[in-house]
Amino acid sequence: MTAAATLARAGAPPPALAASAPAGEAAFYARREADGAMTLNAMVEGIHCGGCVAKIERALGQHPAVVSARVNLSTRRLALRWNGAAELAESLAARVNALGFKFVPYDPARLAAGDRAAESRLLRALAVAGFAAANVMLMSVAIWAGRVEGMEPATRDMLHWFSALIALPALIYSARPFVHSAWGALRRRSVNMDVPIAVGVALTAGMSLFETVNGADHAYFDSAVSLVFFLLLGRYLDLRARGQARSAAERLLTLNARSVTVVGSDGAAASVPAERVTPGAIVLVASGERIGVDGTIADGRSEVDTSLITGESVPAPVKPGDLVYAGAVNLGPALRVTARAAGENTLLAEIVRLMEAAEQKKSRYIALADRVSRLYAPVVHLMALATFAGWWLLMGETWQHSLVYAIAVLIVTCPCALGLAVPAVQVIATGRLMRRGILLKSGTALERLATADTVVFDKTGTLTLGRPALADADTFDAETLRLAAGMARNSAHPLARALAQAAPGAPALDGTREIAGCGLAWPRPGGEIRLGSRAWFGIDEDAALEGDERASAMEMWLARPGLAPVRFAFADAPRPDAAGVIGALKRRGYAVKLVSGDRAPAVAAVAEALGIDDWRARVTPADKNAFLAGLAREGRRVLMVGDGLNDAPALAAAHVSVSPSSAADISQTAADAVFQGERLGAVLELIDTARAARRLVRENIGAAIVYNFVAVPIAVLGVLTPFLAAIAMSGSSLAVVGNALRLARRRSSWT
Amino acid sequence: MDVIVYLIPIAILLGGAGLAAFFWSLRNGQFDDPDGAAQRILFDDDDEPAAPRK
Repeated sequence: MTAAATLARAGAPPPALAASAPAGEAAFYARREADGAMTLNAMVEGIHCGGCVAKIERALGQHPAVVSARVNLSTRRLALRWNGAAELAESLAARVNALGFKFVPYDPARLAAGDRAAESRLLRALAVAGFAAANVMLMSVAIWAGRVEGMEPATRDMLHWFSALIALPALIYSARPFVHSAWGALRRRSVNMDVPIAVGVALTAGMSLFETVNGADHAYFDSAVSLVFFLLLGRYLDLRARGQARSAAERLLTLNARSVTVVGSDGAAASVPAERVTPGAIVLVASGERIGVDGTIADGRSEVDTSLITGESVPAPVKPGDLVYAGAVNLGPALRVTARAAGENTLLAEIVRLMEAAEQKKSRYIALADRVSRLYAPVVHLMALATFAGWWLLMGETWQHSLVYAIAVLIVTCPCALGLAVPAVQVIATGRLMRRGILLKSGTALERLATADTVVFDKTGTLTLGRPALADADTFDAETLRLAAGMARNSAHPLARALAQAAPGAPALDGTREIAGCGLAWPRPGGEIRLGSRAWFGIDEDAALEGDERASAMEMWLARPGLAPVRFAFADAPRPDAAGVIGALKRRGYAVKLVSGDRAPAVAAVAEALGIDDWRARVTPADKNAFLAGLAREGRRVLMVGDGLNDAPALAAAHVSVSPSSAADISQTAADAVFQGERLGAVLELIDTARAARRLVRENIGAAIVYNFVAVPIAVLGVLTPFLAAIAMSGSSLAVVGNALRLARRRSSWT
Repeated sequence: MDVIVYLIPIAILLGGAGLAAFFWSLRNGQFDDPDGAAQRILFDDDDEPAAPRK
């Protein structure tokens, strides 16, 4: 905690740097199968179409050792099989990376295998329920027609028996998800939506069987089976929609369990899983590799990209004795690090724990549907009981007939419309958002979003694009800019890359030499041309700082023999539509706040440019958490929008949270929704969709209740027939789904 | 109309066969990659390695 507090700053990693996989990682994930072949699973980022799939499979297939390479386009994953050494994985991964994709190996056992199993179970249950519903309904239509045409009782009974034969096994198989969930809720002494569903389905099936055995007029198998089918359909679509978003977040797991290179006392290097490194061990960090442990630099001078941990987008120079943290990337020459903590004890792991703790708190939120069913279930069951008692005790009916009437009440109130009211809206809202590049991860995210009244933004990477861009690019003469960009093209430093981007046409210059912590040098006949930091040139601090204090870290200087040095200043530009979105949020009555770990002048400038009055600077992750907790105590419901690793705990602690897809993996995992692209308008789109969804859900629940007011008296009076029940149930379900479909047609308020 | 005594079980059996076929294809991995399956028919090189069997 305290370590996190002293370290943390706001912001985002430059995505490409944070993402570069360390060497030696792919081999670590390779597994030897029983038949001697090696297998490796990887997520491949950047796959868009079948062409990408063919390209990757062809490139890998050309390798002589490869037995098979199969890309799954739906999940963006690659299953690789080859004969030979585990180390071959490196060159295979390099082949994929060389095509412009990103190869991220993972351990399939660590992924949420349970989710996939649940999805497949639901799909099988859905198939069985669908089969049964269609067949039973066919026979029910025959029975209804027979009632008008004068069907023989023997024929009717036979059709009832056939219905029972199909419906009962199908119900036993496909109603299990509801029964399990209902039983779990009852054991916890609570009630959820599945309790009335399970009770209703069980009683309907039981009574129908009883009626069939006695050769009675009515059996309700069709109602029971189609209810289960519709509810399973809603549930399956819901799970699928969110599963896609989750798989995007699963990448977090690849951050852990990396291997590091440990140098033994005899000087021999060995690859060891990060969590098994003991304090005091010397860890070798190659150029471009992510540091796997917390420790101090033993040997070497370099620059490290700490953006994953601190959010600082400018690399920090390090020298022997300096502290470095797991998750930072070494940008310069190789380093030797004396490990102080590894695995569970690193700062990275600490932040993950902070986040998980907050997440648990949030999971206590109870979905609207469950809150309704807490009221609904007792009322319905009491009403059925009253019907039974009324007919039996007051009207003097036989107990069998009274029971039939009571169960008819349960059937007609069976929460078909109520059960579909929320999922139907959820599925359409999720699909609508997904088409706009917004992934919803949490099932209750929409409900929580709709109730938010305060929006807290992080600065770097959230309100801004999170990467430096050359300021006032048109004030430099083309020749100077071309020269500087050509030199900068040789470096991976974020500022150098921003400079190179400012002059896209400039070719990379040969013969430059990078001096870690200083800059680039290009020896010319007339003397060396240098591009680099102010400290390297010994430029007078005070003179340079004049009037522009905030840009101190975000600049580069170009020195040519005989010419005055040229200063390139960089700024982190706000997202193009940020000001408009903030204005729109304020017009909608939201309190907008800016909380950043950055320096006060930088935060103030952005706040002023975007019209945010309430801002805080130099806020640590722990303070962000406390700030959100303070707002919660005031009774505010906070929507947190952030992206850095340091935002992750706050994202988890907020009432509801959103993060851009350029965010650190861990933040994407913590957030309830992730949006893609450069437009902040996604936040507005989310809020508007959530509000519209909430309105539709309320309308749907209202419609379901009105339907019950009409249907229940029919059942209580004992005049309900299976035909009426089918009409009423499918009618109300269609009304609810049709109402939800209005959300899909709604025009976007922010495009 | 007595013929329905035979016809209905036959209809149910045929439907059940369809259901069994669906279960088989689900277990066989036919639904693992619906997007990819739609695109693979367009690949014109047949020198790619065989798909792994489950």
